Amino acid sequence: MLALDRVGKTYPNGVRALDGVTLAIKPGEILAIVGGSGCGKSTLLRAVSGLDRPTQGQVTLDNEKIEKPHEKIGIIFQEPRLLPWLTVADNVGFGLHDRPSSERKERVARALERVGMPEKAGAWPRELSGGQAQRVAIARALVPRPEVLLLDEPFSALDAFTRADLQDHLLKLWSDLKPTLVLVTHDVDEAVVLADRILVMRPRPGRVFEEIEADLPRPRDRQSAAFDFVKRRVLAALDRSLDRTVSVNEGQEKAETGAAMWW
Amino acid sequence: MSIATPTDDVPVRAPRSAWSRWTRPVLGLILPIGLAVAWEFAVRAGFSNGRLVPPPSVIFATFKELWQSGELQKHAFATSMRVAAGFGVGVVSGTVFGAITGYSALTRRLIDPSLQALRAIPSIAWVPLFILWFGIYEASKIILISVGVFFPVYLGVMGAIRSVDRKLVEVGRAFRLSPLAMVRRILLPAVLPAYVISLRTGLGLGWMFVVAAELLGASEGLGYLLIDGQQLGKPAQIVAAIVAFAIIGKITDWIIVLATAPLLRWEDTSARTEGN
Ligand SMILES: Nc1ncnc2c1ncn2[C@@H]1O[C@H](COP(=O)(O)OP(=O)(O)O)[C@@H](O)[C@H]1O
Ligand SMILES: [Mg+2]
Repeated sequence: MLALDRVGKTYPNGVRALDGVTLAIKPGEILAIVGGSGCGKSTLLRAVSGLDRPTQGQVTLDNEKIEKPHEKIGIIFQEPRLLPWLTVADNVGFGLHDRPSSERKERVARALERVGMPEKAGAWPRELSGGQAQRVAIARALVPRPEVLLLDEPFSALDAFTRADLQDHLLKLWSDLKPTLVLVTHDVDEAVVLADRILVMRPRPGRVFEEIEADLPRPRDRQSAAFDFVKRRVLAALDRSLDRTVSVNEGQEKAETGAAMWW
Repeated sequence: MSIATPTDDVPVRAPRSAWSRWTRPVLGLILPIGLAVAWEFAVRAGFSNGRLVPPPSVIFATFKELWQSGELQKHAFATSMRVAAGFGVGVVSGTVFGAITGYSALTRRLIDPSLQALRAIPSIAWVPLFILWFGIYEASKIILISVGVFFPVYLGVMGAIRSVDRKLVEVGRAFRLSPLAMVRRILLPAVLPAYVISLRTGLGLGWMFVVAAELLGASEGLGYLLIDGQQLGKPAQIVAAIVAFAIIGKITDWIIVLATAPLLRWEDTSARTEGN
C-alpha cells in the first residue's frame, strides 16, 4: 500500500507547490491525477518517486519511508528519455543490470513482445517514432517488475491515435502484474479510460480538491453513457477547482487563471 | 545541401547525394593538381629553373631519396614520439582538470579563471621560459606540445560534462545507480562524442606545436628537416617534410576516428554529416 501522509513541498524559492496531501492507494489500483498547470502534480509524483523529497509529511510504501528512488517504484516521464547510446533492447534491460544475462535477455525479449515491437530490439532510439520510443520507455520501467509505476503526462506529446494505442498497451501490461499506477494527465478522457479513481487537484498551494470514483467495467467504452457521466463529473470538478467563488479569500490570485483554462 | 523541393522523394534524392559525395572532393582536387601539372610543364619547358619552387617530380624524388636512406623514417619517428608523449600528457591532464571542473561548480570557480587566463597567452611565448626551466632537449618540447593539447581537451571535457542532459542523469537516479555506475553508464557515454572531437582538435594542435618546438632547435625530427632544408637551400626537402607532416597528421587523426567509431555508432548520422 502506497500512502501519503500530509505531504507538502515548499521549493527553496518559497513556492508552496504542495500542501497537506494525504492519500492511500491500494495495491493494483489505477489512480489518475488531473488539475490545472502548476497545481503540483509533477511535484507530487516526484516526491512519491523519491527523486525529490517532500518538505513536510512523508510517503510510505508498505510502511517503508520513501526518501530516495526505490526498487519497487518505477517512473515514466513525459519524454521517453531513452539512452541514445544503447540499443532498444539494452534500454529495456537497463534496470536489470545485476541479473544474469540469460534472464535479462529473456525478460527484455518478453517485454518487447508485450509492447508489440520485438523486431526493434537491435534498433537505436533515434530510429524510433515518438510513440515507439514511449513504448520502449514503458517496457523499461516495467521490466524490473515495480509494485508502483508513476507516469507524468506520459502520452501528452503524442497524437490522439497513438495515445489511444498506448493507453491500450499500458492497460494490457498493467494486467500482467497489476502494479499500482499513478498517472498524471491533462486528458480527461485518458483519466476516465484508465483510472479506478480520479483525483482533481487545485493550485496555490497544490492540494487535493475532489476525488471521483470511476467504477466502470473494463474494457471501457468511450461511447457509453456511464463513461460520459464520469467524464462530466471530472470536468465539472475541474471547472469548480478554478472557480473564484470557491475561495473568496484568494481572489487576487485567482484572477490570473481563466475559469475553463484548467490545462 | 542541394535545394530540396517538396516533390523530391527519397529514392530520387539518394543517388544524387551519393554522386555529389564523390564529385565534391574530386572538384576540390582539380585546382591543386592542375597547378602542380602546370608547374611541372613550366619547369620542363624551361620557363623557370624551379630552384626555389621545385616541381612535383623533384619533390617526389627527394621524398623517395629521404625514404630510401632511412632519413625520413628516422625524423618522422622522432617527431611522432614527441607528439605522442606531449599528446599523452596533455590528454591526461586536460581530461582530469576538465572532469573536475565540469563536475563541481566550486572547483570550476576556483580553477577555471586561472586556466582561462593562461589560455589567453600565445603558447609559443612560453618557449624561452620552458627552455630555462626544462633545458633545450626533449622535456621542454614535450611540455610545449602538451600545453597545446591540454586546452582543447580541458575545454571539451568540461563543456561536455556540464552539458550532459540532466534528464538522462535522472533516469540513472531513478534506477538507483551508484555514483560509479552513474559515471560509467550515463556520464561517460554522454560525453564521448564531444570528447572525441576535443581529442582530434588537441592532436591537431599537438602537430602544430611540435613544428614550433623543433624549429626552435632540434637535431632530429621533421622540423629539423625543415630548418636543414632552409639552411642548405633545399626547398624540395622542406616541401617533402611538409608533405610528411600532412600525411602523418592525417593518419593519426584517422586512428582516433577509427578507434572510436564503434563507440559512436549510436550517434545520429544526419547530425554528423550536416557540417558538409
Ligand atoms: N524546481 C522548482 N523550483 C521552484 N518552483 C518550482 C519547481 N518546480 C515546480 N515549481 C513550482 O511549483 C508549482 C507546481 O509545479 P508542478 O508540480 O510542476 O505543477 P504541474 O506538474 O501540476 O504542472 C508551480 O508553481 C511551479 O512553478
Ligand atoms: Mg507537470
